[in-house]
Amino acid sequence: MLSNLGNILLFLNVILSLSIIYTANRNLKISGGVNKNIFQLSLIQSTSIIVCFFVLIAAFIVSDFSLITVYQNSHSLKPLFYKIAGTWGNHEGSLLLWAIILSIFSFLFLVHNKNHPKKFRLFTLIIQNILILGFLFFILFNSNPFSKISPIPLEGLGLNPILQDPALAIHPPLLYIGFVGASIYFSAAIASLITNYSEKSFSLSIKNWVLISWCFQTLGILVGSIWAYYELGWGGFWFWDPVENASLLPWFAMTALFHSLIVFEKRNLFYFWVIILCLITFILSVTGTFLVRSGILNSVHTFASDPSRGVYILIFLSLMIFGSIFLLFQKYKKENYDLNRNSKETFILVNNWFMMFYLITVLLGTIYPIFTDAITDNKISVGPPFYNAIIFPVVVIFLLFMALGPSAKWIKNKFENIRIYFYILAGAIGLNLAIIFFFKSYSLLSNFIIISALFLIISSLMDIAKALKRNKLDFARIISHTSFGFLVLFIGLNDIFSLEKDYNIKLGETKKFENYSIQLQNLDLKNYKNYQAVIGKLEIKNINSNQTNILNPEIRIYNKPKTLTYEAAIKTSLIKDYYLTMSNIDRSDYYNIKFQKKPLMAWIWISVIMIVVGGSIRLFNNAKNN
Amino acid sequence: MRKITKIIILFIFLFVIGIFYISLTRDTNYNTSSLVNKDTPEFKIISFDDENYFTRDDIKKNNYTLINFWASWCAPCRVEHPILMKLSKTKNLVILGINFKDKEPQAKTFLSELGNPYDLLAKDKNGKHSVKFGIYGIPESILINKELMIIQKFVGPLSVDDYNNIIKIIK
Repeated sequence: MLSNLGNILLFLNVILSLSIIYTANRNLKISGGVNKNIFQLSLIQSTSIIVCFFVLIAAFIVSDFSLITVYQNSHSLKPLFYKIAGTWGNHEGSLLLWAIILSIFSFLFLVHNKNHPKKFRLFTLIIQNILILGFLFFILFNSNPFSKISPIPLEGLGLNPILQDPALAIHPPLLYIGFVGASIYFSAAIASLITNYSEKSFSLSIKNWVLISWCFQTLGILVGSIWAYYELGWGGFWFWDPVENASLLPWFAMTALFHSLIVFEKRNLFYFWVIILCLITFILSVTGTFLVRSGILNSVHTFASDPSRGVYILIFLSLMIFGSIFLLFQKYKKENYDLNRNSKETFILVNNWFMMFYLITVLLGTIYPIFTDAITDNKISVGPPFYNAIIFPVVVIFLLFMALGPSAKWIKNKFENIRIYFYILAGAIGLNLAIIFFFKSYSLLSNFIIISALFLIISSLMDIAKALKRNKLDFARIISHTSFGFLVLFIGLNDIFSLEKDYNIKLGETKKFENYSIQLQNLDLKNYKNYQAVIGKLEIKNINSNQTNILNPEIRIYNKPKTLTYEAAIKTSLIKDYYLTMSNIDRSDYYNIKFQKKPLMAWIWISVIMIVVGGSIRLFNNAKNN
Repeated sequence: MRKITKIIILFIFLFVIGIFYISLTRDTNYNTSSLVNKDTPEFKIISFDDENYFTRDDIKKNNYTLINFWASWCAPCRVEHPILMKLSKTKNLVILGINFKDKEPQAKTFLSELGNPYDLLAKDKNGKHSVKFGIYGIPESILINKELMIIQKFVGPLSVDDYNNIIKIIK
């Protein structure tokens, strides 16, 4: 029953999309405003796709195993929360989420841009609906979440236990709002090219959408990192896994885009560059989806890989790319940038160069193994050493520019007080020396990174003082930039001062190292609804301060599907995290424990949240001014 | 825009999409079982103590060689460890352990506390050499005969069935 209802709603959506394209197309030829029917059709479209998604959620809640997707990704014993989260924790369901975001953004863009030319709005709507149609066909004919299975199985296969985690339940929706949201400015960019809408006001129509998608993309990446930190048990939060990279690529493009938009809005420069960034952001999102879902890259996210999907997404991607290129070639006019080398425009352009540099580095690292494999049959693996070697040294220069840029003036700038930057630099170096002196650790690159991060932080704080005097405080930018400085600073400090120890330990045994001791005090076996757990009780004692902490890492044995997972026990405080994982050693009384002390972890998360807070403040300010 | 620029841009995108397409159609891509019945790839991998290198010549000497990829951080490696210990006691089989993306002190602790089943021990710090054997996750093991042919590949921890299987082959 649910299957039929779902399919009917999907078909209804196809018809709605076609009608919107048809009506919009007719409306183009008539003078006057946008036809009211289009608003209604758009509203019905968004509503019906949401209802369709709720039908799928309902199927997961009632464990309707007549649907293949539910059978493969759920189990009747699973807690309700994870039954619901299971809806988008798989390929088919997540595509439905794609379609929802495409439709809702399409509707909201139409409603919120009444001051822009009718032609531009209608074309945006048409392009967006072509994208929606593409995804609906993909869902209907290749990845239908409502496909039936017969005979109906009595029980489902269960959701991969590693995905049964609150952070992972919200991670996909956040990320999708981010990179699927980028579709709307892809459509708007195409519409702008078609209708020759290249005035400054074009930037007003898309800048909030760029900010929204950027905020969500950042949050999505953050939640994914937090999940990896808690769940994967390696104690790290970023692994340069191809799928992490796939989420980072559009992020770089978005970041470059909303910085360029500032220049476009203010000085009417960089129009084509803005358009190109709009196009590549969404193209990169779809490329990422292709890489992940087709299975040509191996990674922790290979839950959804199937070459036939790959072919479909690749065709879709090719159409998008070549369509965009064709149009761009037709409309492209050479722009002369008469930029003063010392001006805000130039600094923002420099930001864009850096973003492009990061983007290309990560893109190459991600797809290079595919290339060598296809061309030379030679399998290579590009890992963290590549990224660390290329990205981090460049971060140092990037941070210095980031500190200088915002205080520069439009058109032509004079550094009034160049001396003050030397003082700041001296202060940053002094602080860094103090850190080395007190904590006794040394690595040339990390020192440079810390110095440049401190330079950015101090300069941003000085900006506040200056801006307060002039009563022109740009809170959004200062919060985001300062937090970015702090983020880099905390990552640097965390890297230098982390401590890692690995032991095999028996019940009752104590191990000592540096000024810590670890004792395995107790082991407990507990039964939960969908798994059993061996819970260790370990006491970590700081011998100097006599402080003790109890940590309870778990070994979980899930029934459906039968899997062992190792849950890290983490004691978070503002200064440091204790991170402990435990695994069993077959046929022995020993347990292997891995202990890590990771300073300032909480602050890394907080910095990213503050970066997003900055973005949100900008968004609210924009909304208020409109 | 100049014509040549346009052509270059088009060419780059065509090239990328072409490669993506080729990769898609290669269905053996990460299905490393295709290595079975094939020749052992050329390799030169440094020993754990940094003193010498192992190559195909070290495999030729033995009737059967089991290459096992492991790491101290890998929990399933601990699960298969007793089976490797048992296999190490059988004749006719040399076990070459390749320590995969690991830290040396931890790897040593692992072996000293659980026992060392390896006749030969090598390390692959960055995972570069293991890729030749189609290794992306560990543990994995590869059984090779005297003629350097890969007889079997075991993805994931070795089970009791795998053990019996290996014993049957090397008899």
